[in-house]
Amino acid sequence: MPRRVAIVGVGLTRCSSWRRDVLYPELVYEATSAALQDAGVTPNDVDAVVYGSMDPFDGVNAPEKWNVDACAAAGMLSKPYLKISTGGTTGGSTALAAYYHVASGLHDVVLAVASQRVGENLEAQLVLNTAVDPVYERGFGVGAITVAAIQACSHMHAYGTTEEDIALVSVRNHANALNNPYAHLRVKFSVQDALASAMLSWPLRLSDCCPSSDGACAIVFASEERARKLAQQPAWIRGAGQITDNYFTGDRPWYEDWDSLAMLARRVYRLAKIDDPMREFDVAELYNAFTIQEILEYEALGFCEKGKGAELVRQGVTAMDGRLPVCPSGGVLSNNPIGASGLIRVAEAALQVMGKADQRQVPDVKTALAHSWGATIGFHTLMILDQKAP
Amino acid sequence: MTSQQEEPLTIEGRWDIPYRHTAGQAASRFFRELRENKRIMGVRCPSCRRVLVPPRGFCERCFVPIDEWVEVQDSGTLSTFTIVYAQFTSLPPPPYCIGLVKLDGADTALMHYVGGVDLEDLEAAKKALSVGMRLQAVWRDEREGKISDIEYFRPA
Repeated sequence: MPRRVAIVGVGLTRCSSWRRDVLYPELVYEATSAALQDAGVTPNDVDAVVYGSMDPFDGVNAPEKWNVDACAAAGMLSKPYLKISTGGTTGGSTALAAYYHVASGLHDVVLAVASQRVGENLEAQLVLNTAVDPVYERGFGVGAITVAAIQACSHMHAYGTTEEDIALVSVRNHANALNNPYAHLRVKFSVQDALASAMLSWPLRLSDCCPSSDGACAIVFASEERARKLAQQPAWIRGAGQITDNYFTGDRPWYEDWDSLAMLARRVYRLAKIDDPMREFDVAELYNAFTIQEILEYEALGFCEKGKGAELVRQGVTAMDGRLPVCPSGGVLSNNPIGASGLIRVAEAALQVMGKADQRQVPDVKTALAHSWGATIGFHTLMILDQKAP
Repeated sequence: MTSQQEEPLTIEGRWDIPYRHTAGQAASRFFRELRENKRIMGVRCPSCRRVLVPPRGFCERCFVPIDEWVEVQDSGTLSTFTIVYAQFTSLPPPPYCIGLVKLDGADTALMHYVGGVDLEDLEAAKKALSVGMRLQAVWRDEREGKISDIEYFRPA
């Protein structure tokens, strides 16, 4: 039987297109020191550290080495230290790894850290292209944008979703980001602005795509006994999981639906005893690197039927004052230090449950969902956080 | 010591590291068939009977080795596509259309360029291209045993 685990502290950094003011470990230190302070623990209290990033974005092999001193307790105090790297799900997988460390009973307090300096990389799409099959597919210039564009083309063809619908997703996320001091893009943005922005990979415009960001995030996970002493309101892990899909892009030419995410949702909802996600979640932090993906995610996560995702956007169901606010933080569309973005989703969901999300707080959050995708849309993670211990 | 913030300095960095990737048995045969016979070959899983293109040495669903080769057609159906208008550093010059093409006789789709259509004008390109349209491979005269031996797929 896994032990009960809760999040007791969160640390976020200010993110931007280039955090020129700080060296990489100084950036990570901002997140780790804030998380320890928020949890009310010292590096001595930490039993183990899990660190996530994707090396080529940072331009150093094994950035866990550069950042070992900034990952409190890992370096000088010689605590166990693991590196996690699973594409865009890196941050989500890092949260899962920290959760497993504590749930296993082997450690009581574990620090999850994830960081990325996409801003120090001068062409993110070129890095993403190196993650594509080198034998058959890489030469076509495929990266994250093109695969998301393929999802958009399929969804528009199958369900009639429009360029205006995805522009609305962009506008809503950018409006939310105005409430988030940690977000990278904090600009007022209209549907007209979105539709006037440059077409990058039809049907996706610049406004449909996440930025390249520098940033870091850290979260303190604790066992039940420690969590009850450390936090007035811990964010309890009620269910979590991860799923993968096959390798070749063309092996699953049904891009209008995200079947792997739907399968993961069924598994995790069963674990967490969620019957009606629309009614039982109070807020969701989804990995919306591209506008169209938020719509596919609604459908896969059971917020609506297949093909009806755009209706939730049009009706404002997922707006801040809607029935199920999605990404009060502004989401990945407003901020994408890639390897950290999955962990930021968990951090934002935890802040909502703990009632510490300040200007972006949704009233009366009891249950929150955090998601990430990665590996050229092949991998997903989910974590459900709750005010009540499961 | 002064607490005044100074303009941070920048250290340039660059990765320029050569690699070589073996294509393996299945892809090597696939590429030789492109070069020498202008044929697109797939493999059939002995268990689920799916015809897989690109070919591979094992079926990831059934987890069994595959050694049955079958020829698929150089024509097929466009499953989905995107038209790229941005120039990304060291990636192909725009505009170009990347499609997933379900070849006749295959159960999976092959990624390739879709061409033979004016892509400069997006509105015209959107009219000329559609999910489900029929496509035909355009072969290069000089072939070198690469996926680019097929130059692109054109509307049939």
